[in-house]
Amino acid sequence: MAAPIGQPRVRLPAQVRAGEVIEIRTLISHVMETGQRRDQAGNVIPRDIIKRFEAKFEGQLVFAMDLAPAISANPYIAFQFRAERPGRFEFTWTNDAGESRSATQELRLA
Amino acid sequence: MHTLKAPTRRGAMGLAAAAAAVALLPMPASAQLAPAVQAAVDRVRGNRTAQEGRITLRAPPIAENGNTVPITVSVESPMTAADHVTRVHVFATGNPTPEVAVFHLTPAMGRAQVDTRIRLGQTQDVVVLAEMQDGSLFQARTEVKVTIGGCGG
Repeated sequence: MAAPIGQPRVRLPAQVRAGEVIEIRTLISHVMETGQRRDQAGNVIPRDIIKRFEAKFEGQLVFAMDLAPAISANPYIAFQFRAERPGRFEFTWTNDAGESRSATQELRLA
Repeated sequence: MHTLKAPTRRGAMGLAAAAAAVALLPMPASAQLAPAVQAAVDRVRGNRTAQEGRITLRAPPIAENGNTVPITVSVESPMTAADHVTRVHVFATGNPTPEVAVFHLTPAMGRAQVDTRIRLGQTQDVVVLAEMQDGSLFQARTEVKVTIGGCGG
């Protein structure tokens, strides 16, 4: 059974002006099991990672990332975005088993 | 009776000095990569030549904990529809597998910069390849010394 995909956390700047390039920070709880480790009985613990992250704004893909086992547990991903208009972000994290978890966040302009 | 000769102090000092001299040599971005790492880089590169420049790869020179090493990759680019970074590939030269991440960028970002945290199993280089919309390729490389739980590395 795949490890649980924890609660995602997304942070946008509090005050955003139109035209400004902002940083969007994301964090999700996940073990990111590499598939390289062994348990106490010497059996390989199977790989189980978040392998894909996607960020969409108003349905359009803005940024995506393919993750390998070399990404730390509880993946932290931050990227940039040019805020031209208000709208809705949708962030999706998908694991090896194809299960996913999403979060949404509204972008408001000052 | 000792049948094996114990290492002399002088011998040990000589070895340490030689190791220090090697560590002080600059690391060119084109320095030889392990075959598995070179193969992974070549899969991205194809028949293109990677140029130096445009990429800023920030990573700590010394990482106390190899389980979570912060890296920032930024690429000089106007990030317009006609001229932007499409993909950034991150490799680690001394991990069990060389691939670390692929970032897929779009002009909507406005600035080509991504931060994440990576695992480094030992002291090694991080290699970054950035693909531009016109197909051109840039690369950067930096060494991270890893100290895991004080065991050295």
